[in-house]
Amino acid sequence: MMIERFEEITTEEQTAVAEHDHTVKVCVAAGCLSSQSDQVLDALKNGVGEHRGCHVKGVGCMGLCSQGPLVAVESKTGAKSGSVMYQNVKAEDAPDIIQSLGKKPVARLELKTNVPFFQRQTKIVLENCGEIDPERIEEYIAVEGYQGLLTAVTELSPIEVIDEIVRSGLRGRGGGGYPTGLKWTTVAKMDGPTKYVICNADEGDPGAFMDRSVLESDPHRVLEGMAIAGYAVGATEGYIYVRGEYPLAVERLKIAIRQANRLGVLGSKVCGTTFDFNVHIRLGAGAFVCGEETALIASIEGKRGTPRPRPPYPAEYGLWGKPTLINNVETFANVPAIVRKGGAWYAGIGTEKSKGTKVFALAGSIQNTGLIEVPMGMSLREIIFEIGGGVPNGNCKAVQTGGPSGGCIPADYFDTPVDYESLKALGSIMGSGGMIIMDDSSSMVDVARYFMEFCMTESCGKCVPCRVGTVHMHTLLNKIYKGEARRHDLETLEKLCDLVMNTSLCGLGQTAPNPVLSTLRYFRHEYMDLLVDGAEDGRGATAVDAQLLEAQS
Amino acid sequence: MKRQTQARIITLKIDGVDVAAREHETILELAQENNIFIPTLCHLDGLSEYGGCRICVVEVKGSNRLFPACMTPATEGMEVITNSERLRLYRFSILDMLFSERNHVCSVCVSNGHCDLQYLSAKLGMTRVEVPYLNPKVDVDASHEHFIMDHNRCILCQRCVRVCGEIEGAFTKGVMGRGVNTRIIHDLNGAWGDSDTCTSCGKCVNVCPTGALVEKGKSAGEMVKRRDWLPYLRLMQED
Amino acid sequence: MVSNTRKLEPPSDDKRWRIVVGTMRRNGFARHSLIETLHTVQESFGFLDEESLHYVAESLRVPLSQVYGVSTFYHLFSLKPAGKHTCVTCTGTACYIKGAPQLLAAIADKHGINPEETTEDGNLSLLTARCVGSCGLGPVAVVDGEVVGKLTPDELLARLQEVMDHHDD
Ligand SMILES: Cc1cc2nc3c(=O)[nH]c(=O)nc-3n(C[C@H](O)[C@H](O)[C@H](O)COP(=O)(O)O)c2cc1C
Ligand code: SF4
Ligand code: SF4
Ligand code: SF4
Ligand code: FES
Ligand code: FES
Ligand code: FES
Repeated sequence: MMIERFEEITTEEQTAVAEHDHTVKVCVAAGCLSSQSDQVLDALKNGVGEHRGCHVKGVGCMGLCSQGPLVAVESKTGAKSGSVMYQNVKAEDAPDIIQSLGKKPVARLELKTNVPFFQRQTKIVLENCGEIDPERIEEYIAVEGYQGLLTAVTELSPIEVIDEIVRSGLRGRGGGGYPTGLKWTTVAKMDGPTKYVICNADEGDPGAFMDRSVLESDPHRVLEGMAIAGYAVGATEGYIYVRGEYPLAVERLKIAIRQANRLGVLGSKVCGTTFDFNVHIRLGAGAFVCGEETALIASIEGKRGTPRPRPPYPAEYGLWGKPTLINNVETFANVPAIVRKGGAWYAGIGTEKSKGTKVFALAGSIQNTGLIEVPMGMSLREIIFEIGGGVPNGNCKAVQTGGPSGGCIPADYFDTPVDYESLKALGSIMGSGGMIIMDDSSSMVDVARYFMEFCMTESCGKCVPCRVGTVHMHTLLNKIYKGEARRHDLETLEKLCDLVMNTSLCGLGQTAPNPVLSTLRYFRHEYMDLLVDGAEDGRGATAVDAQLLEAQS
Repeated sequence: MKRQTQARIITLKIDGVDVAAREHETILELAQENNIFIPTLCHLDGLSEYGGCRICVVEVKGSNRLFPACMTPATEGMEVITNSERLRLYRFSILDMLFSERNHVCSVCVSNGHCDLQYLSAKLGMTRVEVPYLNPKVDVDASHEHFIMDHNRCILCQRCVRVCGEIEGAFTKGVMGRGVNTRIIHDLNGAWGDSDTCTSCGKCVNVCPTGALVEKGKSAGEMVKRRDWLPYLRLMQED
Repeated sequence: MVSNTRKLEPPSDDKRWRIVVGTMRRNGFARHSLIETLHTVQESFGFLDEESLHYVAESLRVPLSQVYGVSTFYHLFSLKPAGKHTCVTCTGTACYIKGAPQLLAAIADKHGINPEETTEDGNLSLLTARCVGSCGLGPVAVVDGEVVGKLTPDELLARLQEVMDHHDD
């Protein structure tokens, strides 16, 4: 019986932990790896050889990636029991860290953890990130992993599982915020023996890395979520479509799938029941538009990733024409906890219409760059100034959310609670969770131009307004930024925004004007100042930093 | 994406007129049956739908979104508007985009007077292009014995690609790149004349809405295309 | 999804073709494995040349025009060999804000290449990526596969010089 097997594993793991006085955890997620945390891990492993009672392991992202490599030490005995965190650790620091075990922490490396960054977060999706070794299924199981799946397939009917998801109020974390329970219900109702579950791990927003961290730090969680979904909607095959730029995530997923199959929590006869669920990995190849669900399906089918008009939606006509459920990585990562603790528990977190937590990637001009998870409804101010630690130099001017489909929210509106509706009302969107903080030195026209360039180069080229309209808009934004445009150019730009937004085929084109529209809404003066005939007194274009201009043209 | 046609009849309104439709019929099919004009470019009877040109977008009461008539199924009680001022302006702008994307000099084009793009602009009353021409440098491929491909006139409607694959079964024509760098290609982007897969059937030339695909040896205004064979071919294929 | 067991002879007896054949076989030579297969070719040979496109097209029975269409749609596939050394500069939002444009400008200045170009001596290729997932360390570049963060233009140039000098010894 699977449940006994789980208990066995859990006991083994706990015994192993109990045998050690100290556990040293080294972040081996991509951020820290790029500052050689693998060498730190090796140095520590070699170093503890003679120090008994100490266990060194690699774990996933601890959140504060900009201070990496991060190392956390948990001690049960000695003068300093409890936990200590170290930042910017190098391989040379290993002896000092080992020396200090059970004694005073190494002061020069210590990272204060009694700060809002660590204390104000609520972790559901990230609960195991930075805690467990992502390459060992046993550790996942020891923290109640695969319990949700086991409960679902052995105790609940598919309808009961869906009811739990509906009750939780979970909404899609891929950007749209579509109610997950409703989507599952639709797919479950479709006839036919063959259905598919797809996990969208294409994470296209340039400057966001939530999904990547989850996959690298806690891959089993996503697999568990997918398997529960498969059971609920009646699918036996699952696909994870991962960005080609994430080799580490792919590697860890492969390991995780292999382990899960071997243990019998995936594959045929999941947990000893009659339910089969096989997960396959598909690699993206560098096309933002493949995050759009119909384009993603085309790409899995081995074709050019161009979207097609909906309806029919994938729920009805998806992969190879079969009913298909597509959800985002973070959406699936919420599922195990919901099934384990109940939909009502989840619905108790967050706001009336946006339940649960949301993971954000903080980047740009902010003290604490990294990954955070907060309850829905927390204000932008708390996120940016308290958890994020504010802007290092200069004033905070705006925050960009939602990437190329989103908008810039000026500092005046930072008391807004972060939920789907409030951000939309401000002309931005929740998006997948990227938050780029901008200080005074950023020109909003430049930001708009940047995103338009992105949309222009990522347009698939299928539909006319997006294919050609984004080029014209980009040309106009360039002209404005260089101080060569006139008022009528701005009018043409606004007209093009309207066209592209309303007539494009897919979400890429439909939302491409958002960064322009939102900066025009809040920072119109920056555009006007750059027009030849813009300023009221006819002064003409104000000079942009000449060097910047040259560098960027 | 073929669906079974069921006998169920539904009723809806197009431009205020009550019409009856078979379930799964598209708004475009229905409009055509009822002599209501909706402009189209990428759609062609007999080929699969593409939904890329967006010139056929219509409004549906109760929704802010616009819908491509060629790919939107009619549903019970729907109220469709095909000719509002808003739609007229969007259609102008879409033609603007198309004219500005490549180099369309109608006066010297062999398809002058027989071009769908030109015809639509005249029919919709468009007088000038409001955005600057992008003037990309694109080629003219005259390597084929009988035909010429002039990328300057191509609007990327992909009718040629679809007819070549779906009807002729040759799959010679394809499309490369993305965004504004999308181009129609032959095989591995070789010269058309070198293609081993092309059967020289000429179908692509006949379905091309513009002067992008023409027969050799025509002078300005002489290229007239024949398409009446398409729906029949398609029907025969389905039987 | 009809599978195809007919196996074509690879263009040469280069061992790397075995890896490519392996990918196709694992997928039952199904057409939908085109992208997976192209990934393998790219990984094994560094780029997709005409010969390999022909071979993949025939093995998977996908029309040439579609193979070419797919190869040119996705950014990660390249039809040209890269230079001896590569520098992938991140142009994601976070890195852009933190000064990626200056990095590109510095490289253009010093080595005379723009993104997606290779120096004439074939020594260095400049590529761009939209976020390599180390946004906290912006601006980021990946030099010969190694991620380097918090870069100034001078640091990047020095780093490039270092890998180029090192190799040439
Ligand atoms: C241009 C475009 C890009 C997208 N990129 C992503 C992405 O990278 N990741 C993602 O999960 N969803 C992305 N989406 C949204 C997906 O289409 C889809 O709505 C989502 O995966 C559904 O999952 P959810 O309901 O769990 O959010 C994108 C949509 C568009 C239009
Ligand atoms: S909106 Fe852009 S990305 Fe979407 S289908 Fe049209 S051209 Fe392609
Ligand atoms: S060549 Fe003609 S038919 Fe083919 S895409 Fe261009 S305009 Fe359309
Ligand atoms: S002539 Fe026929 S076979 Fe050749 S490209 Fe045109 S449609 Fe295809
Ligand atoms: S990657 Fe190490 S803390 Fe995020
Ligand atoms: S005719 Fe409908 S989108 Fe082209
Ligand atoms: S934006 Fe450069 S690594 Fe993410």
